[in-house]
Amino acid sequence: MVVRGFSDPKLVANLAAEISAIGQMDVQLMEVCGTHTVSFAMHGIRSLLPKGVRITSGPGCPVCVTSDSDLSLALQAAGMKGVTLATFGDMMRVPVDGMSLLDLKARGADIKTLYSPLDALSMAEERQVVFFGVGFETTSPGVAALLREAERKGVRNLSVISCFKLIPPAMRALLQEGGARIDGLILPGHVSTIIGTQPYRFLVDELRVPCVIAGFEPVDLMMAILVLLRMLSKGKVELVNAYPRSVRHEGNSQALSLLREYFEPADTEWRGLGRIPDSGLAVRAEHSDMDARLRFDLKPSQVQKPSGCRCADVLRGLIAPSDCPLFSVTCTPESPMGPCMVSSEGACAAWYNYG
Amino acid sequence: MCLAIPCTIEEINGLDATAAVAGVRRRIRLDLLEDVRVGDAVLVHSGFAIQKLRAEDAAEVVRVITELGERAGW
Repeated sequence: MVVRGFSDPKLVANLAAEISAIGQMDVQLMEVCGTHTVSFAMHGIRSLLPKGVRITSGPGCPVCVTSDSDLSLALQAAGMKGVTLATFGDMMRVPVDGMSLLDLKARGADIKTLYSPLDALSMAEERQVVFFGVGFETTSPGVAALLREAERKGVRNLSVISCFKLIPPAMRALLQEGGARIDGLILPGHVSTIIGTQPYRFLVDELRVPCVIAGFEPVDLMMAILVLLRMLSKGKVELVNAYPRSVRHEGNSQALSLLREYFEPADTEWRGLGRIPDSGLAVRAEHSDMDARLRFDLKPSQVQKPSGCRCADVLRGLIAPSDCPLFSVTCTPESPMGPCMVSSEGACAAWYNYG
Repeated sequence: MCLAIPCTIEEINGLDATAAVAGVRRRIRLDLLEDVRVGDAVLVHSGFAIQKLRAEDAAEVVRVITELGERAGW
Protein backbone atom coordinates (compact mmCIF):
# COMPACT_ATOMS: atom_id res chain seq x y z
CA MET A 1 0.00 0.00 0.00
CA VAL A 2 1.04 3.55 -0.74
CA VAL A 3 1.38 4.64 2.88
CA ARG A 4 3.73 1.82 3.88
CA GLY A 5 6.89 3.34 5.29
CA PHE A 6 5.32 6.53 6.60
CA SER A 7 5.14 5.22 10.13
CA ASP A 8 8.54 3.46 10.02
CA PRO A 9 10.32 4.25 13.34
CA LYS A 10 13.70 4.15 11.60
CA LEU A 11 12.71 6.89 9.18
CA VAL A 12 11.27 8.91 12.05
CA ALA A 13 14.60 8.53 13.88
CA ASN A 14 16.46 9.69 10.75
CA LEU A 15 14.31 12.81 10.62
CA ALA A 16 14.66 13.47 14.36
CA ALA A 17 18.45 13.39 13.99
CA GLU A 18 18.31 15.77 11.00
CA ILE A 19 16.15 18.13 13.05
CA SER A 20 18.58 18.04 16.00
CA ALA A 21 21.47 18.71 13.61
CA ILE A 22 19.99 22.12 12.74
CA GLY A 23 20.99 23.24 16.22
CA GLN A 24 19.36 25.31 18.95
CA MET A 25 16.24 27.16 17.83
CA ASP A 26 13.42 29.07 19.47
CA VAL A 27 10.42 28.69 17.18
CA GLN A 28 6.66 28.30 17.40
CA LEU A 29 4.98 26.35 14.61
CA MET A 30 1.23 26.01 14.24
CA GLU A 31 -0.92 23.27 12.75
CA VAL A 32 -4.47 24.10 11.72
CA CYS A 33 -6.16 20.72 11.40
CA GLY A 34 -7.90 18.58 14.00
CA THR A 35 -6.52 15.42 12.43
CA HIS A 36 -3.00 16.88 12.81
CA THR A 37 -3.79 17.77 16.44
CA VAL A 38 -4.59 14.13 17.14
CA SER A 39 -1.63 12.78 15.11
CA PHE A 40 0.91 15.00 16.87
CA ALA A 41 -0.43 13.96 20.28
CA MET A 42 -1.02 10.28 19.52
CA HIS A 43 2.43 9.67 18.01
CA GLY A 44 4.22 11.68 20.70
CA ILE A 45 5.89 13.87 18.05
CA ARG A 46 6.55 16.74 20.49
CA SER A 47 8.76 14.48 22.61
CA LEU A 48 11.05 13.92 19.60
CA LEU A 49 11.73 17.62 19.06
CA PRO A 50 14.41 19.87 20.56
CA LYS A 51 13.22 21.96 23.51
CA GLY A 52 12.98 25.24 21.61
CA VAL A 53 10.61 23.86 18.94
CA ARG A 54 6.99 24.25 19.98
CA ILE A 55 3.92 23.07 18.04
CA THR A 56 0.60 24.79 18.75
CA SER A 57 -2.89 23.99 17.46
CA GLY A 58 -4.88 26.65 15.63
CA PRO A 59 -8.51 26.83 14.51
CA GLY A 60 -8.49 23.48 12.68
CA CYS A 61 -11.09 21.49 14.58
CA PRO A 62 -14.48 22.02 12.88
CA VAL A 63 -16.50 21.29 16.00
CA CYS A 64 -14.35 23.70 18.01
CA VAL A 65 -14.65 26.66 15.63
CA THR A 66 -18.41 26.30 15.13
CA SER A 67 -19.94 29.28 16.90
CA ASP A 68 -22.62 29.00 19.55
CA SER A 69 -25.01 30.99 17.36
CA ASP A 70 -24.58 28.49 14.48
CA LEU A 71 -25.09 25.63 16.89
CA SER A 72 -28.25 27.32 18.15
CA LEU A 73 -29.67 26.96 14.61
CA ALA A 74 -29.20 23.18 14.81
CA LEU A 75 -30.79 23.03 18.26
CA GLN A 76 -33.72 25.04 16.92
CA ALA A 77 -34.23 22.73 13.93
CA ALA A 78 -33.87 19.62 16.10
CA GLY A 79 -36.60 20.93 18.39
CA MET A 80 -39.13 21.21 15.56
CA LYS A 81 -41.94 18.68 15.27
CA GLY A 82 -41.61 16.29 12.35
CA VAL A 83 -37.97 17.22 11.65
CA THR A 84 -35.03 14.81 11.80
CA LEU A 85 -31.70 16.53 12.37
CA ALA A 86 -28.71 14.70 10.88
CA THR A 87 -25.10 15.57 11.63
CA PHE A 88 -21.63 14.19 12.31
CA GLY A 89 -21.13 12.58 15.73
CA ASP A 90 -18.75 15.08 17.29
CA MET A 91 -21.30 17.89 17.20
CA MET A 92 -23.66 16.05 19.51
CA ARG A 93 -22.06 16.92 22.83
CA VAL A 94 -21.19 20.62 22.49
CA PRO A 95 -23.23 22.51 25.08
CA VAL A 96 -24.88 25.84 24.27
CA ASP A 97 -26.34 27.47 27.36
CA GLY A 98 -26.22 24.12 29.08
CA MET A 99 -28.05 22.25 26.31
CA SER A 100 -26.49 19.96 23.68
CA LEU A 101 -27.99 18.05 20.76
CA LEU A 102 -27.49 14.91 22.84
CA ASP A 103 -29.58 16.42 25.66
CA LEU A 104 -32.32 17.25 23.16
CA LYS A 105 -32.18 13.70 21.79
CA ALA A 106 -32.60 12.35 25.32
CA ARG A 107 -35.77 14.46 25.56
CA GLY A 108 -37.17 12.83 22.46
CA ALA A 109 -35.88 14.94 19.56
CA ASP A 110 -35.15 12.94 16.40
CA ILE A 111 -31.40 13.40 15.88
CA LYS A 112 -29.23 11.04 13.85
CA THR A 113 -25.45 10.90 13.54
CA LEU A 114 -24.08 9.99 10.12
CA TYR A 115 -20.81 8.66 8.79
CA SER A 116 -21.46 9.86 5.25
CA PRO A 117 -23.67 12.81 4.25
CA LEU A 118 -25.31 10.59 1.61
CA ASP A 119 -26.91 8.54 4.40
CA ALA A 120 -29.27 11.50 4.86
CA LEU A 121 -30.77 10.87 1.43
CA SER A 122 -32.58 7.59 2.15
CA MET A 123 -33.80 9.04 5.47
CA ALA A 124 -35.29 12.01 3.60
CA GLU A 125 -37.43 9.81 1.37
CA GLU A 126 -39.89 9.43 4.22
CA ARG A 127 -39.47 12.46 6.47
CA GLN A 128 -38.19 16.03 6.66
CA VAL A 129 -34.40 15.84 7.17
CA VAL A 130 -32.16 18.79 8.04
CA PHE A 131 -28.44 18.14 7.62
CA PHE A 132 -26.34 20.26 9.99
CA GLY A 133 -23.22 20.80 7.90
CA VAL A 134 -19.97 21.64 9.66
CA GLY A 135 -16.43 21.12 8.45
CA PHE A 136 -13.86 22.46 6.03
CA GLU A 137 -13.15 22.07 2.33
CA THR A 138 -12.49 18.32 2.74
CA THR A 139 -16.05 17.70 3.90
CA SER A 140 -18.24 20.24 2.10
CA PRO A 141 -17.90 18.77 -1.45
CA GLY A 142 -19.54 15.56 -0.20
CA VAL A 143 -22.52 17.60 0.96
CA ALA A 144 -22.66 19.28 -2.46
CA ALA A 145 -22.84 15.73 -3.87
CA LEU A 146 -25.69 15.01 -1.43
CA LEU A 147 -27.65 18.05 -2.65
CA ARG A 148 -27.11 17.06 -6.31
CA GLU A 149 -28.33 13.52 -5.60
CA ALA A 150 -31.40 14.91 -3.82
CA GLU A 151 -32.21 17.03 -6.88
CA ARG A 152 -31.59 14.18 -9.30
CA LYS A 153 -33.83 11.81 -7.35
CA GLY A 154 -36.49 14.43 -6.65
CA VAL A 155 -36.11 14.11 -2.86
CA ARG A 156 -37.73 17.31 -1.62
CA ASN A 157 -37.56 16.69 2.13
CA LEU A 158 -33.85 17.42 2.43
CA SER A 159 -32.27 20.71 3.44
CA VAL A 160 -28.96 21.82 4.92
CA ILE A 161 -27.86 24.27 7.60
CA SER A 162 -24.57 25.27 6.01
CA CYS A 163 -21.96 26.18 8.61
CA PHE A 164 -19.06 25.08 6.40
CA LYS A 165 -15.85 27.06 6.70
CA LEU A 166 -12.88 27.87 4.50
CA ILE A 167 -9.32 27.56 5.78
CA PRO A 168 -7.42 30.26 3.79
CA PRO A 169 -9.49 33.28 5.02
CA ALA A 170 -9.12 32.00 8.59
CA MET A 171 -5.33 31.83 8.13
CA ARG A 172 -5.33 35.47 7.08
CA ALA A 173 -7.41 36.54 10.09
CA LEU A 174 -5.27 34.47 12.42
CA LEU A 175 -1.99 35.93 11.18
CA GLN A 176 -3.19 39.51 10.91
CA GLU A 177 -5.33 39.76 14.03
CA GLY A 178 -4.93 36.56 16.07
CA GLY A 179 -2.16 37.91 18.31
CA ALA A 180 -0.22 34.65 18.63
CA ARG A 181 3.38 34.13 17.59
CA ILE A 182 3.49 31.95 14.47
CA ASP A 183 6.90 31.35 12.88
CA GLY A 184 5.74 28.67 10.46
CA LEU A 185 2.52 26.94 9.41
CA ILE A 186 1.84 23.23 9.00
CA LEU A 187 -1.02 23.27 6.49
CA PRO A 188 -3.80 20.65 6.43
CA GLY A 189 -3.15 17.80 3.99
CA HIS A 190 -6.73 16.86 3.21
CA VAL A 191 -8.14 20.38 2.87
CA SER A 192 -5.21 20.92 0.49
CA THR A 193 -6.08 17.72 -1.38
CA ILE A 194 -9.29 19.51 -2.38
CA ILE A 195 -8.18 23.15 -2.78
CA GLY A 196 -4.61 22.58 -4.03
CA THR A 197 -1.63 24.79 -3.21
CA GLN A 198 -2.52 28.08 -4.93
CA PRO A 199 -5.00 29.46 -2.33
CA TYR A 200 -2.13 29.60 0.20
CA ARG A 201 0.20 31.77 -1.92
CA PHE A 202 -0.68 34.93 0.03
CA LEU A 203 0.71 33.36 3.19
CA VAL A 204 4.23 33.40 1.76
CA ASP A 205 4.03 36.21 -0.85
CA GLU A 206 2.18 38.75 1.26
CA LEU A 207 2.34 37.68 4.91
CA ARG A 208 5.85 36.13 4.70
CA VAL A 209 5.25 32.99 6.74
CA PRO A 210 6.99 29.72 5.75
CA CYS A 211 4.39 27.01 5.02
CA VAL A 212 4.47 23.25 4.57
CA ILE A 213 1.49 21.13 3.47
CA ALA A 214 1.72 17.95 5.52
CA GLY A 215 0.27 14.45 5.63
CA PHE A 216 -0.73 12.68 8.83
CA GLU A 217 1.68 9.80 9.47
CA PRO A 218 4.65 10.25 11.84
CA VAL A 219 7.10 10.53 8.92
CA ASP A 220 4.87 13.17 7.27
CA LEU A 221 4.79 15.26 10.44
CA MET A 222 8.53 15.03 11.13
CA MET A 223 9.30 15.84 7.51
CA ALA A 224 7.08 18.96 7.65
CA ILE A 225 8.85 20.14 10.80
CA LEU A 226 12.30 19.51 9.28
CA VAL A 227 11.42 21.49 6.14
CA LEU A 228 10.02 24.40 8.18
CA LEU A 229 13.04 24.50 10.51
CA ARG A 230 15.44 24.44 7.55
CA MET A 231 13.58 27.35 5.97
CA LEU A 232 13.62 29.28 9.24
CA SER A 233 17.32 28.63 9.84
CA LYS A 234 18.14 29.93 6.35
CA GLY A 235 15.65 32.81 6.43
CA LYS A 236 13.66 31.40 3.49
CA VAL A 237 9.92 31.86 3.08
CA GLU A 238 8.38 29.25 0.79
CA LEU A 239 5.29 27.11 0.33
CA VAL A 240 6.34 23.45 0.22
CA ASN A 241 4.05 20.55 -0.58
CA ALA A 242 5.34 17.70 1.58
CA TYR A 243 2.28 15.52 0.88
CA PRO A 244 2.55 15.05 -2.90
CA ARG A 245 1.11 11.54 -2.85
CA SER A 246 -2.27 13.19 -2.25
CA VAL A 247 -1.97 16.96 -2.85
CA ARG A 248 -1.76 18.21 -6.44
CA HIS A 249 -1.00 21.80 -7.33
CA GLU A 250 -4.51 22.26 -8.77
CA GLY A 251 -6.31 20.30 -6.04
CA ASN A 252 -9.36 18.21 -6.89
CA SER A 253 -11.07 20.21 -9.63
CA GLN A 254 -14.10 17.93 -9.84
CA ALA A 255 -14.83 18.35 -6.11
CA LEU A 256 -14.25 22.11 -6.35
CA SER A 257 -16.60 22.62 -9.27
CA LEU A 258 -19.36 20.62 -7.58
CA LEU A 259 -18.82 22.66 -4.42
CA ARG A 260 -19.10 25.94 -6.36
CA GLU A 261 -22.27 24.75 -8.06
CA TYR A 262 -24.10 24.47 -4.73
CA PHE A 263 -22.30 26.84 -2.36
CA GLU A 264 -20.83 30.33 -2.42
CA PRO A 265 -18.52 32.19 -0.02
CA ALA A 266 -20.26 34.09 2.80
CA ASP A 267 -19.19 35.93 5.94
CA THR A 268 -19.24 33.65 8.93
CA GLU A 269 -18.41 33.64 12.61
CA TRP A 270 -15.60 31.52 14.04
CA ARG A 271 -15.27 30.71 17.68
CA GLY A 272 -12.07 32.46 18.74
CA LEU A 273 -11.64 34.54 15.60
CA GLY A 274 -14.99 36.30 15.32
CA ARG A 275 -16.66 37.22 12.05
CA ILE A 276 -14.39 36.76 9.00
CA PRO A 277 -15.40 38.00 5.52
CA ASP A 278 -16.06 35.25 2.94
CA SER A 279 -14.77 32.53 5.26
CA GLY A 280 -17.87 30.35 5.17
CA LEU A 281 -20.13 28.71 2.61
CA ALA A 282 -23.81 29.50 2.07
CA VAL A 283 -26.22 27.57 -0.15
CA ARG A 284 -26.39 29.34 -3.53
CA ALA A 285 -29.57 31.25 -4.34
CA GLU A 286 -30.35 28.87 -7.24
CA HIS A 287 -30.66 26.06 -4.71
CA SER A 288 -32.21 28.07 -1.88
CA ASP A 289 -35.10 25.59 -1.60
CA MET A 290 -32.55 23.32 0.12
CA ASP A 291 -31.35 26.02 2.54
CA ALA A 292 -32.78 25.03 5.93
CA ARG A 293 -32.37 28.57 7.30
CA LEU A 294 -34.92 29.78 4.76
CA ARG A 295 -37.16 26.71 4.74
CA PHE A 296 -37.66 26.79 8.52
CA ASP A 297 -36.96 30.48 9.13
CA LEU A 298 -34.14 29.61 11.55
CA LYS A 299 -32.72 32.55 13.49
CA PRO A 300 -29.54 32.39 15.58
CA SER A 301 -30.07 33.12 19.25
CA GLN A 302 -27.78 35.11 21.51
CA VAL A 303 -26.09 32.80 23.96
CA GLN A 304 -24.22 33.16 27.22
CA LYS A 305 -20.58 32.06 27.19
CA PRO A 306 -19.69 29.44 29.79
CA SER A 307 -17.78 31.25 32.50
CA GLY A 308 -14.05 30.78 32.47
CA CYS A 309 -13.84 28.62 29.29
CA ARG A 310 -10.84 29.79 27.26
CA CYS A 311 -11.43 27.78 24.07
CA ALA A 312 -11.27 31.02 22.08
CA ASP A 313 -7.70 31.68 23.25
CA VAL A 314 -6.67 28.06 22.67
CA LEU A 315 -7.98 28.25 19.09
CA ARG A 316 -5.82 31.29 18.36
CA GLY A 317 -2.74 29.62 19.80
CA LEU A 318 -2.51 32.24 22.56
CA ILE A 319 -2.49 29.71 25.40
CA ALA A 320 -1.86 25.98 25.75
CA PRO A 321 -4.87 23.93 26.92
CA SER A 322 -3.23 23.36 30.30
CA ASP A 323 -3.11 27.16 30.86
CA CYS A 324 -6.91 27.27 31.10
CA PRO A 325 -8.04 27.27 34.74
CA LEU A 326 -10.83 24.80 33.95
CA PHE A 327 -8.55 22.26 32.21
CA SER A 328 -8.83 18.81 33.86
CA VAL A 329 -10.35 20.46 36.94
CA THR A 330 -13.98 21.10 36.01
CA CYS A 331 -13.49 20.47 32.25
CA THR A 332 -12.75 16.89 31.15
CA PRO A 333 -13.76 14.76 28.14
CA GLU A 334 -16.45 13.13 30.33
CA SER A 335 -17.82 16.48 31.41
CA PRO A 336 -16.65 19.12 28.90
CA MET A 337 -17.21 22.83 29.44
CA GLY A 338 -16.21 23.88 25.94
CA PRO A 339 -15.91 22.43 22.43
CA CYS A 340 -12.10 22.03 22.49
CA MET A 341 -12.64 19.38 25.17
CA VAL A 342 -15.78 17.90 23.56
CA SER A 343 -14.29 17.00 20.21
CA SER A 344 -11.71 14.23 20.18
CA GLU A 345 -9.87 16.50 17.70
CA GLY A 346 -9.93 19.48 20.02
CA ALA A 347 -6.58 20.63 21.38
CA CYS A 348 -7.84 20.31 24.98
CA ALA A 349 -9.09 16.74 24.50
CA ALA A 350 -5.84 15.74 22.75
CA TRP A 351 -3.76 17.19 25.62
CA TYR A 352 -5.97 15.47 28.16
CA ASN A 353 -6.00 12.09 26.42
CA TYR A 354 -2.35 11.88 25.38
CA GLY A 355 -0.86 14.36 27.87
CA MET B 1 -13.00 15.47 11.00
CA CYS B 2 -10.75 15.68 7.94
CA LEU B 3 -9.61 12.13 8.51
CA ALA B 4 -9.23 10.27 5.22
CA ILE B 5 -8.34 6.59 4.87
CA PRO B 6 -6.29 5.08 2.02
CA CYS B 7 -8.33 2.31 0.38
CA THR B 8 -8.08 0.13 -2.73
CA ILE B 9 -10.95 0.14 -5.23
CA GLU B 10 -12.35 -3.37 -5.74
CA GLU B 11 -15.57 -2.81 -7.68
CA ILE B 12 -17.20 0.07 -9.55
CA ASN B 13 -20.84 0.47 -10.49
CA GLY B 14 -21.53 3.98 -11.79
CA LEU B 15 -20.89 6.38 -8.91
CA ASP B 16 -21.01 3.56 -6.36
CA ALA B 17 -17.90 1.57 -5.56
CA THR B 18 -16.53 -0.93 -3.10
CA ALA B 19 -13.21 -0.09 -1.49
CA ALA B 20 -11.11 -2.16 0.88
CA VAL B 21 -8.69 -1.26 3.62
CA ALA B 22 -6.86 -3.90 5.66
CA GLY B 23 -9.37 -6.54 4.57
CA VAL B 24 -12.41 -4.45 5.49
CA ARG B 25 -14.75 -3.62 2.60
CA ARG B 26 -16.99 -0.59 2.50
CA ARG B 27 -19.29 1.07 0.01
CA ILE B 28 -18.07 4.44 -1.16
CA ARG B 29 -19.05 7.04 -3.76
CA LEU B 30 -17.17 8.45 -6.71
CA ASP B 31 -19.05 11.77 -7.11
CA LEU B 32 -15.89 13.75 -6.34
CA LEU B 33 -13.29 11.93 -8.45
CA GLU B 34 -13.00 11.15 -12.17
CA ASP B 35 -11.34 8.24 -13.95
CA VAL B 36 -11.24 5.88 -10.99
CA ARG B 37 -10.37 2.28 -11.89
CA VAL B 38 -10.43 -1.03 -10.07
CA GLY B 39 -7.09 -1.43 -8.27
CA ASP B 40 -6.57 2.32 -7.74
CA ALA B 41 -5.44 3.44 -4.30
CA VAL B 42 -7.69 6.32 -3.22
CA LEU B 43 -8.20 8.44 -0.13
CA VAL B 44 -11.71 8.11 1.29
CA HIS B 45 -13.29 10.83 3.43
CA SER B 46 -16.83 10.54 4.86
CA GLY B 47 -17.77 7.94 2.25
CA PHE B 48 -16.34 9.75 -0.80
CA ALA B 49 -13.14 9.07 -2.71
CA ILE B 50 -11.38 12.45 -2.72
CA GLN B 51 -8.07 11.71 -4.48
CA LYS B 52 -5.97 9.01 -6.08
CA LEU B 53 -2.78 8.33 -4.18
CA ARG B 54 0.40 8.45 -6.20
CA ALA B 55 2.62 5.55 -5.24
CA GLU B 56 5.69 6.94 -7.03
CA ASP B 57 5.64 10.13 -4.93
CA ALA B 58 5.29 8.11 -1.75
CA ALA B 59 8.17 5.81 -2.68
CA GLU B 60 10.37 8.77 -3.58
CA VAL B 61 9.87 10.39 -0.16
CA VAL B 62 10.68 7.15 1.65
CA ARG B 63 13.78 6.67 -0.52
CA VAL B 64 15.10 10.19 0.16
CA ILE B 65 14.64 9.91 3.92
CA THR B 66 16.19 6.44 3.99
CA GLU B 67 19.20 7.81 2.13
CA LEU B 68 19.48 10.70 4.58
CA GLY B 69 19.96 8.14 7.32
CA GLU B 70 22.39 5.97 5.36
CA ARG B 71 24.54 8.93 4.39
CA ALA B 72 24.82 10.08 7.98
CA GLY B 73 25.44 6.51 9.17
CA TRP B 74 22.52 6.28 11.62
